[in-house]
Amino acid sequence: MSATAAPEDSRPVPEPAGDDDPFVIAGEELASRLILGTGGMRSLDELRGALVASGTAMATVAVRRVGPGGPGGLLALLDELGIRVLPNTAGCGTAAEALLTARLAREAFGTSWVKVEVIADDDTLLPDAIELVDAAADLVDDGFTVLAYTNDDPVLATRLEQAGCAAVMPLGAPIGTGLGIRNPHNIELIASRLTVPVILDAGIGTASDACLAMELGCAGVLAASAVTRAQHPSLMARALADGVAAGRAAARAGRIPRRHLAEASSPAAGRVTLSGSPAGTAGSGR
Amino acid sequence: MLVNGEQWDGPAGVTIAELVAGRGLPVRGVAVARNGEVVPRSRWEVVTLHPGDTVDIVTAVAGG
Repeated sequence: MSATAAPEDSRPVPEPAGDDDPFVIAGEELASRLILGTGGMRSLDELRGALVASGTAMATVAVRRVGPGGPGGLLALLDELGIRVLPNTAGCGTAAEALLTARLAREAFGTSWVKVEVIADDDTLLPDAIELVDAAADLVDDGFTVLAYTNDDPVLATRLEQAGCAAVMPLGAPIGTGLGIRNPHNIELIASRLTVPVILDAGIGTASDACLAMELGCAGVLAASAVTRAQHPSLMARALADGVAAGRAAARAGRIPRRHLAEASSPAAGRVTLSGSPAGTAGSGR
Repeated sequence: MLVNGEQWDGPAGVTIAELVAGRGLPVRGVAVARNGEVVPRSRWEVVTLHPGDTVDIVTAVAGG
């Protein structure tokens, strides 16, 4: 680039998560605001590439019966990469199932953190609000650090916080749809009303969705299918990480208010006008 | 006995530790529930299984 580009290049780059903007859940700091779901990846090698590219510090796993091939290499991979395991209760339809699954996860993986999901039906995979609140309360009582996957309902989100959840994870759209954030207003309301971290979970399709979540005030983003089912998972993982970083920086920077009419950024004074032109009637510069 | 949803004709009185080891499973990353209750690893050597018991042995799989 020419020398004229130097001043722009030397502008300070917005700080990523960490240092002066730590991401903390239940008193523990995570090095990235992007949490990765591991479901849907075609191979462990591909998963490894995406995990590394995402820079994530925590990834979700599901709890299932051991198959004939044994446990597989997922836990060892996360261990090797220094990525925290966040077990989920995916597939549970009642609070009782979620509690048993979480207890199994605690025993198997040695973590009391759990992402609680209680799903109403297989077509929408939407949370069953009533069972969810029961499950969250039971898990908190049992000593779990609970991150609750929930609908984009500000009232329900508040209930989950009151139940003692360490983080609340509203959906942007149903799991696996990639439809983005269908109700940005509700997500913004949830993020502004809760004191625990709000993590946008489900519905992310691409980087701009992750960016928007952070601009709306979310503390983090969880993405699974958006990465694992992308044509190039590692590239999408990196893109989401960049989107999260950009959105976080924008949220902290304080955007300008939206206006109906233009507002000049160049001064009105000192404009060059042709004699006879009606100065002052054509606006005030650009 | 029903182990992970399949009939298993193991000897009555077999311990959970023996069941897990007999399947070549590692101790780490695995948890066991008997009749819907988690059996802590510290009790695998002493908890025995009997006809009619339902056992689930679980681990981590890739999931959102």
